[in-house]
Amino acid sequence: MLKIKDLYAGLEGKDILQGINLEVKAGEVHAIMGPNGSGKSTLASVVAGKEEFDVTRGYITFENEDISELDPEERAHKGIFLSFQYPIEIPGVSVTNFIKTAINETRKAKGQADMPASEMLKMIKEKADMLEIDRKFLSRSLNEGFSGGEKKRNEIFQMAMLEPKLAILDETDSGLDIDALKIVANGVNKLKNKDNAVVVITHYQRLLDYIVPDFVHVLMNGKIVKSGTKELAYELEEKGYDWIKEELV
Amino acid sequence: MSFKDKLLSSYIALEDYLEFDSPLHDVRNNAIKIFEEEGFPTKKDEAWKYTSLNSLLKPNYSIYSNKERNVELQNVRKYFLHEIDTYKLVFVDGVYNSFLSETTHDTLDVCLMSSALNKSKYKPVIEAYFNKVAKSDSLTALNTAFTKEGAYIHIPAHKEVEKPIEIINFSTGNEAAMFLQPRNLIVVGENAHVQIIERHQSLSSNEVLTNSVTEIFAEKRAYVDYYKIQNDAETASLIDNTYISQERDTVCRVHTFAFGGKLVRNNLNFYQKGEHCDSTLKGITILEGKQHVDHNTLVHHIAPNCESHQDYKGLFAESSVGVFNGKIIVEKDAQKTDAFQQNNNILIDDKATINAKPQLEIFADDVKCSHGCTIGQFDEDALFYLRSRGIGLKEARALLMYAFANTVLESVKIPELKVRINKLIANKIGVSLGFQL
Repeated sequence: MLKIKDLYAGLEGKDILQGINLEVKAGEVHAIMGPNGSGKSTLASVVAGKEEFDVTRGYITFENEDISELDPEERAHKGIFLSFQYPIEIPGVSVTNFIKTAINETRKAKGQADMPASEMLKMIKEKADMLEIDRKFLSRSLNEGFSGGEKKRNEIFQMAMLEPKLAILDETDSGLDIDALKIVANGVNKLKNKDNAVVVITHYQRLLDYIVPDFVHVLMNGKIVKSGTKELAYELEEKGYDWIKEELV
Repeated sequence: MSFKDKLLSSYIALEDYLEFDSPLHDVRNNAIKIFEEEGFPTKKDEAWKYTSLNSLLKPNYSIYSNKERNVELQNVRKYFLHEIDTYKLVFVDGVYNSFLSETTHDTLDVCLMSSALNKSKYKPVIEAYFNKVAKSDSLTALNTAFTKEGAYIHIPAHKEVEKPIEIINFSTGNEAAMFLQPRNLIVVGENAHVQIIERHQSLSSNEVLTNSVTEIFAEKRAYVDYYKIQNDAETASLIDNTYISQERDTVCRVHTFAFGGKLVRNNLNFYQKGEHCDSTLKGITILEGKQHVDHNTLVHHIAPNCESHQDYKGLFAESSVGVFNGKIIVEKDAQKTDAFQQNNNILIDDKATINAKPQLEIFADDVKCSHGCTIGQFDEDALFYLRSRGIGLKEARALLMYAFANTVLESVKIPELKVRINKLIANKIGVSLGFQL
């Protein structure tokens, strides 16, 4: 589904990603772990198409199509979703109106008519119930005055509504207490099937108890330095990252 | 002949028709003298540093319409808030149009300045209020000298007006270029409530210059909610001079939606004369092309324990120019004043300009005054967030514009008007989002 080949990308002539290779197949869950500043969020942003970053070498394909030059919205239309570490506040635009706009813009791009209002309402209700989101919450301005946990849950709600093929969850666990974490993880698991894929970016192994990865990758200094199965995450939790550095030397 | 000379000679001709023994005649004579001495303001005047009237003074304006004035309701219906019942005062090329209007004398007066000036029963009100809060600057004086027609609204004490009042000035383009000077007088009695919507609309691509003066008097505990819709043709220019006098315990709110026109100058002046006044001045400005809009506000805190809130949002595309000059004066006696001013601007294109100048003159020592002014571009992180959800660049920008303007929109108290303004914004930015704020 997603193939990243020898990817170098960065800001103002300085590469943050220094030769990333990664393949994510349909039905898989990948976890990307690594210390602060290793390039985890940059990788997520580059895959989602943030224009600020320059790709200097390598390429990204999604379903065998090179997407390196596509706009963020075009990537979204193809089924890539990024859950933000710091979701943006949009005063005056309700959660419901925002998600309606996002869904109908995506449908428009695919040449489809707007989703009928009744179908939209039904879907909103279903997904909100799944994530234990209160109806009142949906009429609030997007992310404005939301707690950290509410913001993250709202990100997963949007993911549930947009039904992406590839979901990248950037530090979705930060700012969540254990109950919220379980609800969010449960939502992700319910959405998971053999045709879609999830990439979880996290500092901590904690989230991986609930969203169990098939593969764990360690990102350091813009490179994937070690890959393994979920046991690698436990090892990192126990021993930190220093042993990998030593191993590399 | 310069436009100024043309106006001065017109005044001499006008004088023959005027009320000779009326005290108003002296008011007019004094006013024309001020205009004769000062003329039109130039960029040398500090208050006009960023706005030049030069290009507006060149056309050969008709000062009075000579030709037939006729507009069909079906052609202008869209300019009315026709979704709800309203009182209407409609003027076409400066002349009252009874067919399109809906006036009243039933407990309140919603009628014409021309009747108020000529009928003896209105004399006490005219003598007590006319030209009593308007400043004597040259443009206001020019309007005073020529005062002929406009809205006369008198709400008696304790009257809560059940529907909004619309004041609409159309210009037909029957004249090659038209100069209009509406004069409005609004007196809101003790504990009375009123909502007013004002609009100037040119119906052709001929040049129009309007120099409007509105005086509003809020007697104690009165509530005045005033909306200015400025979405005129690109050949129409407006100088709006509004003066609001607030007695104690009054609430006065003015919202200005500046989306259209060639050049618009809003001189909006609030005078808080009694304790516990509350003044709100809010505006959304969205410009493109070579449009120029200048908001020049004054809040004069004269009495203690009063509040004022200013919130102006501006979005400037292409080579448009915005000016915000907000002055707050807190007199020595105006202790415990709480004055707040905010002006946020987004420059959408490199060639757009905003000149922002907050001015605070504080002579009292126990006050709370704050002001904030920002000039920026769209937040790239916010745009990326919206686009990552499948929303295209144009729509994403539109959403951010709505979000930006929201603090002003949310305080519009007439729901149908709010829907209208949403639509005007959608038209202006060329994007319909499929929902209202």
